[in-house]
This record gives sequence, structure tokens and C-alpha cells, in this order.
Amino acid sequence: MNVVVCVKQIPDPAAPPALDPGTHNLVRSGKLILDDSDAYGVEMALQLVDAAGGGEVTLVSMAPNGETSGLRTALAMGAAKAILVSDETLAGSDALGTAKVLAAAIRRAEPDLVIAATESTDGYTGTTPVQVAELLGLPSVTFAKKVEVDGQTVKVERQTEAGYDEVTSPLPAVVTVTAGVVEPRYPSFKGIMAAKSKPVDTLTAADLGLDGSQVGVGGARQEIVSVVEAEARSAGEVVVDEGDAHERVIQFLEQLKIL
Amino acid sequence: MQFTEEHEQFRQTVRGVVERSIAPYVDEWEEAGSFPAHQVFRVLGEAGLLGIEYDPAYGGQGADHSYTAVLGEELGRIDCGGVPMAISVQTDMATPALHRFGSHELKERYLAPAIRGEHVASIAVTEPDAGSDVAGLRTRAVRDGDEWVVNGTKLYITNGTQADWLCLLVRTSDEGGFRGMSQIVFPTDTPGFSVSRKLDKLGNRSSDTAELSFVDARVPVANTIGQVGMGFQQQMAQFQNERMIASYLAVGSTSYALERTEAYVRQRRVFGAPLLANQSVQFRLAELRAEVELLRQFNYACAEAYVRGEDITRMASIAKLTAGRLARSVADTCMQFHGGIGYMEETWVSRYYRDARLLSIGGGADEVMLRILARMDGLDTGL
Ligand SMILES: Cc1cc2nc3c(=O)[nH]c(=O)nc-3n(C[C@H](O)[C@H](O)[C@H](O)COP(=O)(O)OP(=O)(O)OC[C@H]3O[C@@H](n4cnc5c(N)ncnc54)[C@H](O)[C@@H]3O)c2cc1C
Ligand SMILES: Cc1cc2nc3c(=O)[nH]c(=O)nc-3n(C[C@H](O)[C@H](O)[C@H](O)COP(=O)(O)OP(=O)(O)OC[C@H]3O[C@@H](n4cnc5c(N)ncnc54)[C@H](O)[C@@H]3O)c2cc1C
Repeated sequence: MNVVVCVKQIPDPAAPPALDPGTHNLVRSGKLILDDSDAYGVEMALQLVDAAGGGEVTLVSMAPNGETSGLRTALAMGAAKAILVSDETLAGSDALGTAKVLAAAIRRAEPDLVIAATESTDGYTGTTPVQVAELLGLPSVTFAKKVEVDGQTVKVERQTEAGYDEVTSPLPAVVTVTAGVVEPRYPSFKGIMAAKSKPVDTLTAADLGLDGSQVGVGGARQEIVSVVEAEARSAGEVVVDEGDAHERVIQFLEQLKIL
Repeated sequence: MQFTEEHEQFRQTVRGVVERSIAPYVDEWEEAGSFPAHQVFRVLGEAGLLGIEYDPAYGGQGADHSYTAVLGEELGRIDCGGVPMAISVQTDMATPALHRFGSHELKERYLAPAIRGEHVASIAVTEPDAGSDVAGLRTRAVRDGDEWVVNGTKLYITNGTQADWLCLLVRTSDEGGFRGMSQIVFPTDTPGFSVSRKLDKLGNRSSDTAELSFVDARVPVANTIGQVGMGFQQQMAQFQNERMIASYLAVGSTSYALERTEAYVRQRRVFGAPLLANQSVQFRLAELRAEVELLRQFNYACAEAYVRGEDITRMASIAKLTAGRLARSVADTCMQFHGGIGYMEETWVSRYYRDARLLSIGGGADEVMLRILARMDGLDTGL
């Protein structure tokens, strides 16, 4: 079984993020790393391929400046190869533009299953994978907390607010996984060294038959009109207990119309 | 030392494993006076961290020693001394001789499971009457056909209550002194072996330390590591790995202690200003950071020499001596700058203060390092 995992490479979340004052886009000029959210998808894919007794995991990523650091991490975990789409034309792509790029790249790999994260850590619109599925004409199952493949079907436990739904879908399909799905492994030294020689196929938008009217700023259906500072949080009110604290807390909650 | 992108990725792996599988449980293990070595080593084994330099034929990673330096620095950042010590016993104190001198059968049977984290290993050298003076040890193995019959006592043995096997140094002839010793892989399910006591310690409390007893305990002669009679020399080589990893751990732990102390003195106010506003505080931190940096760079020079295959006895002894003393002064300064809160169990400082003290005693005390150096430098005239 061949699985494609969409992996986003993002600025290190530990470093303070910056917005470009002109475009309001996230500054992505520094080194990018594997989005933690996608480590779960990579691990899930590796385990599914293992359970199927054969096949390989291919990574698909769109990122600026030919970035491969995050891909190397996922390759070190055990993925076999990667497709990277990187091109000036893609600058300013919104989620739909990104989905077009990813869908075109995924088509090349002809997978039995596509895995993505439920949402990325930096953009977190959570809309890209379903758009990818739509563009590929594939069924999509979101919020998977458990994934099993049985022949030509995928069985998913889909996280809901109250519990979970059991969903069965024919393959190929697009499945988005949550952080609870599996424990991602850490790359070993051997894995890290092996990743150095694994193939990363770097493509441009044109290679995928896409041009500036479909992707990048030109193709974007979304525009960031303005960015405002989040309101500073005001200090909370401390209720010191002098015997009547419970009454004052109830009063406060009544004021807020919570009680 | 030339660190590459791969070293950085490897560092992230160690850091990730520590954050997920060790850090959240340290307080609990310190409280319990022991940590679940089999469970933790399994996780480390799966991440390939227990046999970094070892032959891939036995499940090792086949990396060079520079990766061990990275491992040590990162493990040193665990918020206690016990767990890093226990791990480094497995990787760099109890197994190097087996890897270097052991037979293929012995390595398949004992090294491979230790690398996978299925077996916990101990290094058993010290005895009630032989610590600094290893040549004075008395535990004896007498040959009876194809078996050694072992009698004696070992003391202060790390991982001792949980170990599946020991790298045991014993006397196998009457030659005396450093002659006539052998290293034996000793399985702890051998009849006649027992853990006489789990010892109660000042620090490194999450690591179990034991007194072990051997009464007519029989193990195959085939369990001898390397050559019969060469145990002392083989152990001296193994001590070099022990001293190097101890110095790498010290760089990690002292750096982390100084980082946390810096954060504290930045926000703690005395006499209307941050504690750090005092030049004496700035200078002391700057000085200790400089000393940690010296040790770090010296460690790298030692690691490089080791990778080149040179005899690093002198460098490893200098590093270990420096590390022990530095750990003590860093711990003392961290305690002093924290004041009362540092003396309280609720902060990390009091644990660090206790744990840091061990380095000048274990693995060869400071004076043992000085003895080695005095001899190598020709200062010991024997008068
Ligand atoms: C105005 C605007 C400008 C942008 N400019 C740029 C730009 O200059 N350069 C650029 O590279 N991107 C750019 N982006 C794209 C953006 O970074 C995201 O890739 C895209 O919008 C997806 O949104 P998200 O992060 O909310 O993903 P989500 O929908 O939350 O992502 C869910 C999952 O989909 C997959 N996925 C999402 N994005 C990618 C990806 N890029 N590669 C592989 N898998 C992915 C991952 O598995 C991810 O976890 C821009 C977006 C906007 C809105
Ligand atoms: C927590 C802990 C874990 C340990 N784990 C292990 C283990 O896993 N395996 C193992 O085999 N051992 C282990 N040890 C033992 C350790 O290696 C010894 O304690 C150490 O080598 C010192 O030996 P000793 O305690 O017998 O002290 P002694 O040899 O009695 O020495 C006492 C002191 O005398 C001083 N001294 C020594 N020689 C000289 C000299 N020439 N001149 C002047 N002063 C000198 C030193 O300051 C030394 O501290 C452990 C010890 C501790 C505390």
C-alpha cells in the first residue's frame, strides 16, 4: 500500500512569529521545520504500510525557498521519498491555492491513501485537506483518532464532541488525523543518515501545469485586508475569601449571565 | 569538533525523547527512590539511543563518538542526576568492554538486548574495601571445569536492584594487585546471587544503588569478556568512556542550572533592583559560563582525539576532574543566588545541589584523577 502524507514545513513555533507588514503574510524566510501536527500523520502512514506488509510512504510539501529541513526529519522517521513544490509563483497562495498544488503533486504519486493533519500549527484553517480531496474527487474523512486499512477500505474512528463516529470509506481517500492517533517516533541516528540520500523531487508550479492565475497572489480567493493587535487581556478580579467568597463568585457569574 | 545538520537532528531526537518519556516523571521517580529502568530503556532503545557507537550487527547505530557527546549534553539537561547516570551506566560504563573485547556469542546474548533496552546492565567494580584502589578488590572467581564460582560483595552498584546482568570485575588468580583480574558477564538470575541492600543516598535518588552478594554463584567461563587475566586493563579502558560521558553530562547539567539561575536573578528583586543588577552576580555568572564553555570545548577536543583512535587517558582524566569541581561550584552558586527558596525541596535547586556533589566522588574521585595525572606527568617520584 502506498500512502502520501502532506507535510507542512513551518517556522519554528518556539521562535516569536512575525508578519510581513506589506502583505500581512507570515514571514517564512528563516529555516522551516516539520510541523509537529504532521509527525502524527507520518507515523500513522509508516504503521499502516508496515501493517499492510509492503508499499511506501511519500511526502508531499509546498514550501518557499526549496526548504527541505522538515522533509528530512520526516524522511529520517522512515518515509521513502518526497515531492517538494517550491516556486516564486506560489508566494501568497491561500489555502485553495495550496490545495491545488498539493492535489496536483499527489496525483503524480498515485497513492492508495492520503493523510494530512487536521490543522496546521501556524495557519490552522483546517481547510486544506478537504479542498485537496475535492480537487482529487476523493472521499475525505476528518478528525481521525484511529485509522485501519482493510483491503480496499479504510476504517476510521472520527473524533466528535461527544465521543467518536465509526466511518468506513473506500480507498483511495483523504484522511486527516488528530494528535491522538499514534505516538510519533523520533528519528534514530541511522534514520537521520539514511534520510540524507533519500530522493526529494523538487517541482515548480509549471511542472504541475499550474500558473499564476490559479495559484500564488494571482489565484488567491482570500485577501488579508488588515491585521489588528489582539486586545490585551485585562487583569482578572481576585476574590479574597472573608467568609462570603462563594456569594461573591455567584454574583459575578450571574452578572456574566453564566448562572 | 565539526557539528553537522545531522548532529543537530540527533540532538532534537534526544531532546524529544527526554521531553516526552522522562521529564514528566522525574519528580515521581525521585520521590520513589527508583525509576522503572526497563520501561525507560525500552523507549531509549527504540529511538536507537542505547548503542550509538556500537556495531549495527548487534543493533547498534554505528555512529562515531561525537554523537555520544551530543547524547551526554542532552541527557545532562534532565532535571535530576539519577536518571542520566543510570542511562550512561548502560551506554558508556557497563557495555563498552563487552563491545570492544567480548565474543560474538556473548555480544548476541547480552549486548544486543542491552542495546534494545530489554536488558538493564550494571557495572560492578567497587567493593566495601576497594573503591579508589581498584587493584585492592577481593571478590573472587575460582574455576571449576567450564564454570567460574564467584564469591564476594560489590557495593554502590548503580541499577543494581534492577539489572539483568553485571559487567563484573573479579579476581581470577592469586597474582595480586592489578594482575589476575577478569571481567565476566554475570546474569543476575544466577543462583547464589542476591541484592543484599538497596542503599539510601543523599542525592541521585531516582537511581537505585545496591549492595550485591555472591555466594558460590556459578557462571560459564565462556561469559568472560576478552582475555582471562586482563580484566583490570580492560576495565581501565572502560573507565575512559565512563569519564568522558560524565564530563558531557556535566556540561549539560551545569549549563541548564546556570540558565535557570540567570532567569531567577533577572526577576528576583532585592534592594529595589533585580538581583542581576549587582555586578558581583553578573561576574560570577559570566565566570561560571566561561568555565562551562572551556569544559565543553575541551570535551570536544577529547572526543575528537578518541575518534582518531588516540589514547585519551590524560584528557579524559582532566575533563572528569574539571567537571567534578565545576559541578560543585555551579551548584553552590545556584544555591547562594536563590537564597531561601533554593534550600526548599519545592525548587529544582536543592535537588541539583545534592546530585552535583557526586561527580567528584563517583567514577574515580578527584584525587584519583590527580593521581593519574601526577603519574602521567612524571610528578610521582615514588619517594
Ligand atoms: C494570504 C496567504 C498567503 C500565503 N502565502 C504563502 C507563501 O508565500 N508561501 C507558502 O508556501 N504558503 C503561503 N500560504 C499558504 C499557507 O501557508 C498554507 O499552506 C495554506 O494556507 C494552508 O493553510 P493552513 O496552514 O491553515 O493549513 P490547514 O488547512 O490548517 O492544514 C491542514 C493540513 O494540511 C496539510 N498542509 C497544509 N499546508 C500544506 C503545505 N503547504 N504543504 C504540505 N501540506 C500542507 C498539512 O498536513 C496540514 O497540517 C499563504 C496563505 C495565505 C492565506
Ligand atoms: C551514587 C553512587 C553510585 C555509584 N555507582 C557505582 C557503580 O555503578 N559501579 C561501581 O563499581 N561503583 C560505583 N560507585 C562507587 C564509586 O566509584 C566509589 O565510591 C568511588 O570510586 C570512591 O571509592 P570509595 O567510595 O571506596 O572511596 P575511597 O576509595 O575510600 O576514598 C575516599 C576518599 O578518599 C579520597 N582519596 C582517594 N584516593 C586518594 C589519594 N590517593 N590521595 C588523597 N585522597 C584520596 C577521595 O576524595 C575519596 O573520595 C558509586 C558510588 C556512588 C556514591
